[in-house]
Amino acid sequence: MTAGLSVIGKNTLAALAALGRVVLFALATLRHMVSGPFYLRELWVALIQIGWLSLPVVGLTALFTGGALALQIYAGGARFNAEAVVPSIVAIGMTRELGPVLGGLMVAARVASSVAAEIGTMKVTEQIDALVTLSTNPMKYLTVPRVVAATLAVPLLVAVGDAIGIMGGYLVGISRLGFNEAAYIKNTVDFLEHWDILSGMIKGAVFGFIVSLMGCYYGMNSGRGAQGVGAATKSAVVAASVLILAANYVLTEVFFSA
Amino acid sequence: MIELQNVHKSFGSNHVLRGVDVSVNKGKSLVIIGGSGTGKSVTIKCILGLVKPDQGTIFVDGQDVNSAERDAFLARFGMLFQGGALFDSLTIWQNVAFRLLRGRLKKPQDEARAIAIEKLRRVGLKADVADKFPAELSGGMQKRVGLARAIAAEPEIIFFDEPTTGLDPIMSGVINDLIREIVVEMGATAITITHDMSSVRAIADQVAMLHEGKIRWSGSIKDMDQSGDPFLSQFINGRADGPIEAVR
Repeated sequence: MTAGLSVIGKNTLAALAALGRVVLFALATLRHMVSGPFYLRELWVALIQIGWLSLPVVGLTALFTGGALALQIYAGGARFNAEAVVPSIVAIGMTRELGPVLGGLMVAARVASSVAAEIGTMKVTEQIDALVTLSTNPMKYLTVPRVVAATLAVPLLVAVGDAIGIMGGYLVGISRLGFNEAAYIKNTVDFLEHWDILSGMIKGAVFGFIVSLMGCYYGMNSGRGAQGVGAATKSAVVAASVLILAANYVLTEVFFSA
Repeated sequence: MIELQNVHKSFGSNHVLRGVDVSVNKGKSLVIIGGSGTGKSVTIKCILGLVKPDQGTIFVDGQDVNSAERDAFLARFGMLFQGGALFDSLTIWQNVAFRLLRGRLKKPQDEARAIAIEKLRRVGLKADVADKFPAELSGGMQKRVGLARAIAAEPEIIFFDEPTTGLDPIMSGVINDLIREIVVEMGATAITITHDMSSVRAIADQVAMLHEGKIRWSGSIKDMDQSGDPFLSQFINGRADGPIEAVR
């Protein structure tokens, strides 16, 4: 009985300590973000890596999701003769929820893993120590550019994903569900509000911050050897994914609960 | 002058440094020897501030390293890491000129590149390696690039972490000679950690032996062979039996 309780207690304390370390890391990142020196070349490289090179995976995810969403809403809507809602619900569903969440998760899989593995390997091979001896702060040189890049790039990825997802719904709508092309687009535009798009992009910024932060945090705290880097990579992806879903709930509550 | 007084450091229950006292005068070359896991690397990392000692003080030219301004302090150091620790996303010349491309020592790109190529030449590498990436070079060449990077900004104090580990005997000899030449011509203070006795004899003015977290013996290289210390004698002669347990 007491043994069981002590296991629960130990794990709770460990979890709280880990949370504390992540929060301190996030605060340190924010602090280094506002004080120089700034490494613009690193930022540019990170923007390409995180933003531009994630476009295909985010685009494909959005395309198929938009298509499936159209089919589901059509089938659901048919139960109470409301098939006409397909264009507007696809648009709202993509912009508010699926664009940011699925885009965020795909970026988590792609970026949190590569950032954690890269920084973890740098740590294991003493490159992080080498940075310090070369008068360069690893937080400013490695973490800040990646976190800033993801925070800027993911909202744009979400916007592109929104458009492609709506396009996916449109293609399924006109080819499989018998919608008129012009009516589908008119319905999408008429019912979509600025806030639908903007709220999704704000979510994207938060998710981007989370993804890069987790990648950097687990990379910087990587254990030794290949196993250490492997564990850091796995933890970064898992933590980023779970935190994205949790943050999504909180943001949705803040933005949309009446 | 670098001086460590009663430096302690533990990692969890592992009490690595248990009161290290050692000093090296300006322009001299100190070699710290000792078995694997005796805390040689931790000692150097403490001086650089990469690891914070639990107890004790470290002075560089009379100034406590904890109170020194970090950037100015680190600008005086160069370090050659065991595995080279070259940045694999940067080309060789960008690695060597890393310090000259950013921060307070920033120079125009052409000038930084010229200095990098000059330093590469100093360590025996031709200009055609400048635009390669670290992964394209052999271990010995990477070590030389690491050495060129360590001396690129003309540091006053240079640390060498196991400079010959993983190299063949001839390449080890080349690196040892380079280190000796460079330290002498730059007038730099050097601390080297190694367990390669050929390095010790080539590089050292002074030798200190670390055993169980303390300095077991220290003195001039001339006195090393006649020290009469059974621990040091076992180590420098590489004997399996003696006061140091072979299985640790």
